[in-house]
Amino acid sequence: MRRSIFSLALNALTGHRLWRPTWRDAVPKPEYDVIIIGGGGHGLATAHYLANVFGIQRVAVLEKSWIGSGNAGRNTTIIRSNYLLPGNNAFYELSMKLWEGLEQELNYNAMVSQRGIVNLYHSDAQRDAYARRGNSMRLHGVDAELLDRDQVRAMVPFLDFDNARFPVKGGLLQRRAGTARHDAVVWGYAAAASRRGVDIVQNCEVTGFIRNGDAVVGVETTRGSIRAPKIAMAVAGNSSRVAALAGLRLPIESHVLQAFVSEAVKPLIPGVVTFGAGHFYVSQSDKGGLVFGGDIDGYNSYAQRGNLPVVEDVAEGGMALMPMIGRIRLLRSWGGIMDMSMDGSPIIDRSPLPGLYLNAGWCYGGFKAIPGSGFCFAHLIAKGEPHPTAAALRLDRFERGYLLDEKGQGAQPNLH
Amino acid sequence: MSGYRLPGGGAIDRTRPLGFSFDGRPFQGYAGDTLASALLAEGVGLVARSFKYHRPRGVVTAGSEEPNALVELRTGARREPNTKATTVEIYDGLKAASQNRWPSLGFDVGAVNSLLSPVFVAGFYYKTFMWPAAFWEKVYEPAIRKAAGLGRGAGLPDPDLYEKANAFCDVLVIGGGPAGLAAALAAGRSGARTILADEDFLFGGRLNAERLEIAEKAGADWAAEAVAELASLPHVTLMPRTTVFGVYDGETYAALERVADHLAVPPPHQPRQRLWRIQARQSVLAAGAIERPLVFGGNDRPGVMSAAAVRAYLNRFAVAPGRRAAVFTTGDDGWKTVADLIEAGVEIAAVIDARTGIAHDHEALAAAHDIRLFAGAVVTGTRGGRALHAVQIRDAGGGTRTIACDLLAVAGGWNPNVALSTHLGGKPEWRADIAGFVPGPALPPGMAVAGACAGRMNLGDCLADGFRLGAAATGTTPPEAPETGPDATTATPLWRIAGTRGKCFVDFQHDVTDRDVALAAREGFRSVEHLKRYTTLGMATDQGKTANLNGHALMAALTGRGIAETGTTRFRPPYVPVAIGALAGPHRGPDFKPTRLTAAHGFSAEMGAVFTEAGQWLRPQYYPRPGESDWLESVTREVKAVRGDVGICDVSTLGRIEIQGPDARHLLDLAYCNMFSTLAVGRARYGVMLREDGFVMDDGTTARLGPEHFVMSTTTANAARVMQHLDFLRQVLRPEWDVQCASATEHWAMFAVAGPRSRALLQDLLGDAFDVAGLPHMGAAEFRWGRARVRLFRLSFSGERAYEIAVPARFGQALMRRICDLGATPYGTEALGVMRIEKGHVSGPELNGQTTAADLGLGRMMSKKKDFIGRVLAGRPGLCDPARPALVGLKPVDRGRRLRGGGHFLRPGAAPVIANAEGHVTSAAYSPGLGHWIALGLLAHGPSRHGETMLVHDPLRDGDTLVEICDPVFLDPEGSRLHA
Ligand SMILES: Cc1cc2nc3c(=O)[nH]c(=O)nc-3n(C[C@H](O)[C@H](O)[C@H](O)COP(=O)(O)OP(=O)(O)OC[C@H]3O[C@@H](n4cnc5c(N)ncnc54)[C@H](O)[C@@H]3O)c2cc1C
Repeated sequence: MRRSIFSLALNALTGHRLWRPTWRDAVPKPEYDVIIIGGGGHGLATAHYLANVFGIQRVAVLEKSWIGSGNAGRNTTIIRSNYLLPGNNAFYELSMKLWEGLEQELNYNAMVSQRGIVNLYHSDAQRDAYARRGNSMRLHGVDAELLDRDQVRAMVPFLDFDNARFPVKGGLLQRRAGTARHDAVVWGYAAAASRRGVDIVQNCEVTGFIRNGDAVVGVETTRGSIRAPKIAMAVAGNSSRVAALAGLRLPIESHVLQAFVSEAVKPLIPGVVTFGAGHFYVSQSDKGGLVFGGDIDGYNSYAQRGNLPVVEDVAEGGMALMPMIGRIRLLRSWGGIMDMSMDGSPIIDRSPLPGLYLNAGWCYGGFKAIPGSGFCFAHLIAKGEPHPTAAALRLDRFERGYLLDEKGQGAQPNLH
Repeated sequence: MSGYRLPGGGAIDRTRPLGFSFDGRPFQGYAGDTLASALLAEGVGLVARSFKYHRPRGVVTAGSEEPNALVELRTGARREPNTKATTVEIYDGLKAASQNRWPSLGFDVGAVNSLLSPVFVAGFYYKTFMWPAAFWEKVYEPAIRKAAGLGRGAGLPDPDLYEKANAFCDVLVIGGGPAGLAAALAAGRSGARTILADEDFLFGGRLNAERLEIAEKAGADWAAEAVAELASLPHVTLMPRTTVFGVYDGETYAALERVADHLAVPPPHQPRQRLWRIQARQSVLAAGAIERPLVFGGNDRPGVMSAAAVRAYLNRFAVAPGRRAAVFTTGDDGWKTVADLIEAGVEIAAVIDARTGIAHDHEALAAAHDIRLFAGAVVTGTRGGRALHAVQIRDAGGGTRTIACDLLAVAGGWNPNVALSTHLGGKPEWRADIAGFVPGPALPPGMAVAGACAGRMNLGDCLADGFRLGAAATGTTPPEAPETGPDATTATPLWRIAGTRGKCFVDFQHDVTDRDVALAAREGFRSVEHLKRYTTLGMATDQGKTANLNGHALMAALTGRGIAETGTTRFRPPYVPVAIGALAGPHRGPDFKPTRLTAAHGFSAEMGAVFTEAGQWLRPQYYPRPGESDWLESVTREVKAVRGDVGICDVSTLGRIEIQGPDARHLLDLAYCNMFSTLAVGRARYGVMLREDGFVMDDGTTARLGPEHFVMSTTTANAARVMQHLDFLRQVLRPEWDVQCASATEHWAMFAVAGPRSRALLQDLLGDAFDVAGLPHMGAAEFRWGRARVRLFRLSFSGERAYEIAVPARFGQALMRRICDLGATPYGTEALGVMRIEKGHVSGPELNGQTTAADLGLGRMMSKKKDFIGRVLAGRPGLCDPARPALVGLKPVDRGRRLRGGGHFLRPGAAPVIANAEGHVTSAAYSPGLGHWIALGLLAHGPSRHGETMLVHDPLRDGDTLVEICDPVFLDPEGSRLHA
């Protein structure tokens, strides 16, 4: 059934008995044209674009747990395209454009909310770095504004302007940035893909690859062997593990990033604010919770939970920036496993093994990338050629030295 | 509901009446009351509205699991939204207000949502508000945001203080009920360092809430004696009002102590709350169990209360929550409530026991007190508006009746409080016999689980468990457990009552009903995690403490799976919500991070310096003088003083690393891309360090003070990272080398003394101690000068003849003062920046981690005679690409124009699109010598384009400026001034 106010009203009269599963909980078939490993945002978006744009419908998405159980359902939901480097900016802007039409495209309200993001700066050097970034955005046709202290103050008056250790001097604003409801993105893509015949198979973990020489021709799973000429990995935090099943070592480390949500309160914070002198960023969800986070825990980990020092560090950043949140309570905290690449930017590419495609290295920023990544990955799988907008996101850039290191941190994944 | 205070009993202090207000109305309670008990005693039943439907709600529990009774506590900057009235200890003058209602709690317009509830089902927003697309941000979302979010944050800076503290113990006992007290006694008596923490202000747990007997004493008295004994034991720490809220790696437990929440304002210099990091070798989790509600129509009406909570109000707080009670139970537990109500003299309208076979004792009790007993019956609905008037029941024969009452006590069985056992990933296990999840075998290291939390509900078992585990944790023999009175707790689970009328709430606070669960199942959200996310079950401020299992059990039934297979969602820290201020502790405002001051900071301040942040350091930015109108004027004066006379700049913030040992020179050769082993003693050399990936990491000068002794200086920004890097090289890559590194940044005060008069000034200063003229360019010397050890280097960042003089930090301030007395003009980071740009020296904006040595014009420094970190990867095609932007100088074509960092280069006339961008401006400064702005930038093929005109495109600021590309060295390219 189409989702609309009319169907909702109709259902209200009939006790909502007519609704059907949002996606089919499929049983795996022995063979497909494309197998996608990973039922997170990227895997499901890829399936949707393959089926609905590139005309490939014999597709399975294999998810080891429930869809959205990974980072897609754990992130802090910020979407933006305020990147510096050409190889990244155009890609994230493509994603942003897709976000802007997503709900109508999927017939699912993912609550894409463009309430803006302001990245604060606290020094002249930081200001110039943001100017460089903002100017790069403008050269890409992306909206960007450099705010001074008074403009920031008018927008987010509750920051500590008068007693701060690192006074706010201004900010880089992208008005079109914002947030989206992460679970709804997963469900919306699942629904749209499933409608076109994609099999979404949950509780189906890939445990090995079926090889024909170098080529990858299928997967072993906890629900049996499944074959396909094209196999696409979109397993985010598990990228190194799954790649290892095929004997590949990726330029990726897995790290834990925590996220935090407060009890729901009436609207306090309009858009997304990031602190430039501490590890803290925050937005407020439509339900009223302050959704915030900070730095990664710093050690390699596959455990989806973090530790107390970072909890404290994030809270300290929050209190330094906006001391009005002192009596608001943290409700829940959790962790997700980040596929941190060596330059902090992602990979959408063929793997060295024929038949195996890679989508990985999203770090803590892959939620915003979901539509763009799905689209470009589907393009790569369907056409065998990278989408021009994702042409810089190649695996061999590390070997060739064409890095996309936004922060200039070098090959130390926990610093990106 | 019409609660009242019982004439006697309870753990309240009737000699200490306390006045408080709720929604502006004055009330009175006693010391020992919670806000909930005091309100109930005053007959207030309606205390809150629910999240979505704005349903009237009353108190359901007596603890931190409370889903309904949330209030805004205190006022002004201290306002605390969503505060559970059941956990607030009242104090004189307490002010609380209801929330999420308009215009008043009694009449709340938002309640119309309830009429629209057929539309506002779970996940309704995913299905609508999509058209027209532009309406979401402008119309729909603002309305949703306004409606959501229960209470209001203060919106003002939190005025209170918070602290953090560490504690270390052998045994941490979590929960001070019978099991916890027993565990603490057993551990404490053995002499082990024991901490007993309980979130309540009164130890005893259920012993205070029930009429139980231990060793022929009232349970509460036994608890008080146990606490007295624990207080007398030297190594036992009692922590009341302390919630252990998280378990972390390394046997770390996080706890929150509410130091002053029971006072109107914290006493002077006292924190409001204290965050404890407790390091415990062993822990005993004795967190008890939580009674679960039953799911029937209208189960949320004020007056419907947990049967165990009714007992707590009767026995501990001496409050009858109603005048005419009905008890609805699925087990023996409800009968305790019956007995306690009888004891308190509250009329009992009926007992509805869902079981058919009712124990003889119970029947006899009912008969003896003339209580109507319905066996095999269920409650199917409730009547009343904002308060309960009657319940509807269906008896064993299927007949329905209405029973007037203003209190319905509901006993649905107990859920062990497993949360803390799962924080490190352990999965709870289903126990059919108690119809609940208990902690599974994969417990956090060192943890054992005791009593009701382990599913052992009976008092005797709780005590025995506690003694046994407390002793086991300390390797001692458990004390003998005292005799206990009878205590039966069997229950038959009843997950949903068929054929009920009205909304059946599963999650009270979030208004999730059984129909929402069914809708979720129908729409395929069948995993408990999907159920949670789709319906918001368990996501409210109580984190599903009362709701989750009921919801999961309904889902299990709907999908034909067992509860064990359906599983439960993961419990996440914190166990109860924790104020963000407490997690931050004192680290806010100016104390967010340490402020590092140089030794001569005070002198610079005296000289009127304006300071700027450089990481954690404060550095003098410039020294304005009276009559100067702006920073530029001051900076220009400072630059002129250096170039024409002599100036002094405090450069103590540069990182300094002492490197010593036979292999010190090898370490330097490895770390720097240029050669250092050939450096002569008494000489210094400029060095560039690459990262492993071939990009520039840092630069600085390193001097050789002895055959095996070097001192390295780093940039201020990278001091720590370079130190880390050297340690990595030493310890990981070359552990066989004999070389030591120590950071000495803090030990030395260092000043650049620059300008044509620098040598003369220093000679004046040092007198006979050192022959300054004898120090060659790039020379280094160490000598004694009076009491001080001095290091003198002849280095220049400004292009002038210049020295860096370092003395032990304690002499720094005096030295700077002395040098200024001798006529040097102090200059700050701005003038430093101007002069380095004039000389084309790279700094932070160029050393941004994205540039290669070649980009910065330093490519030739990369030695071909030795290996060094970064050599191999610096050879990658992308790093050698001739099109990479490289360092150039810029002058505005219109010399009157200002230049700024951050603009991008375009060819004049080229369209402003990224494909045409050819690099960017890194640093800009006004050059007093040249009389116009100059800048450095990175431009594609830059070095071969000197003389070209380019456009600096800066749409974010003042638009576009034409510049002339030139050599990055603007001043004295021959370097003759170095020797002036
Ligand atoms: C705390 C946190 C905050 C974040 N905040 C933001 C943010 O604000 N903005 C932003 O843009 N990004 C953010 N991110 C990053 C973003 O969430 C991720 O980059 C992105 O979700 C990753 O892509 P995905 O959705 O496909 O990953 P996932 O949802 O992790 O999908 C991968 C899936 O693969 C499955 N899988 C793994 N191994 C196997 C196997 N062997 N067989 C079958 N299935 C398998 C997993 O179960 C998982 O469901 C954040 C991440 C975290 C953890």
